[in-house]
Amino acid sequence: MFGKKQKKGVPGISTASLPDIVFMLLFFFMVATKMKEVTLKVEVKKPNASAATKLEDDSPIRTIYIGRPSGEYAAIFGTEPRLQLGDVLGDVNQLDAAINDWRNEINEAERLKLTLSLKIDQNTKMGIVTDVKEKLRDLNALKISYSALKNSD
Amino acid sequence: MAKKAKREVQEINASSMADIAFLLLIFFLVTTTFDSDYGIQRKLPEKIDIKTPPPEVKRRNVFMVLVNREDLLLVNGAPGDINLLKEDVKNFILNPNDEPNLSEKKEINSKGFGKVKISKGVVSLQNDRGTSYKKYIEVQNVLAAAFNEMRNERAKAEFNTSYDDLKAMAAKANEDAIKKCEAIEEVLPLSISEAQPKDTRKK
Repeated sequence: MFGKKQKKGVPGISTASLPDIVFMLLFFFMVATKMKEVTLKVEVKKPNASAATKLEDDSPIRTIYIGRPSGEYAAIFGTEPRLQLGDVLGDVNQLDAAINDWRNEINEAERLKLTLSLKIDQNTKMGIVTDVKEKLRDLNALKISYSALKNSD
Repeated sequence: MAKKAKREVQEINASSMADIAFLLLIFFLVTTTFDSDYGIQRKLPEKIDIKTPPPEVKRRNVFMVLVNREDLLLVNGAPGDINLLKEDVKNFILNPNDEPNLSEKKEINSKGFGKVKISKGVVSLQNDRGTSYKKYIEVQNVLAAAFNEMRNERAKAEFNTSYDDLKAMAAKANEDAIKKCEAIEEVLPLSISEAQPKDTRKK
């Protein structure tokens, strides 16, 4: 019936350059990666704001999270909104110590530039936010940023 | 001397290199987060003596925005709409037709433009302790956008570039842009004042 086909050898694709490609990607991600500094113990869903601007990287930034304690922490701390300062959950009165610590970490020349990024859950009531703002005024930490998601509209 | 036996140098098998690299790659892929922090930046007012009397401001120079605990707006005494707020604020500050119920103007000696008339208007924002943070940011956002637009228009008219562009250039330490930004900010200051929130919770 059919003539015996001649077996044609498909040349195999050389994978010798594969490690190079992978290494290139690897270096890109290594450089671009910013490790998450803290594990969030409160739930924070940021509000949207089209007029939000990018925080300058050259000034020292510390973050205050406000929201309901999430998951396992809700059992201990309840469901009322709380502050997370660094790694610990706290309330407004712990701000003094936290801000003092942060100021001591920064060298003197930069200390005045300390910006506090307030990452606050959008369903939080303004009561606790107002308390925090008043406390910050007392402590003379005046540069703040209401952290928000920048949407396109 | 005895003749040394020539030993062949064994080549290292590099075929597992790709696997190792892949492993690392996947680790970094998973841990990478590209979230740069965006936010509405504000400077809180300094703590002042309670004894110092607040500066007197004429009623016509105040644009009142109240947000209650139901997240509803009251703008200058009437129920307001957040979608109209931006235009209202712009109109109030700029007051192009010198209407008597909108903000007054005063003449100042500005560094950037010499003698110019600027608005004496202040936007007063007051919220309730029960207002949601989402609504608060929404209002702050609208106010920020209103001032941004006014600055953009002014910069377009004066320097033929938008304020946003100037700001971006100023961030790269462009002296000229920094000066222009300051000039714009001087004639259009971000005059938003926040009043002490009310507490209308039912006890």
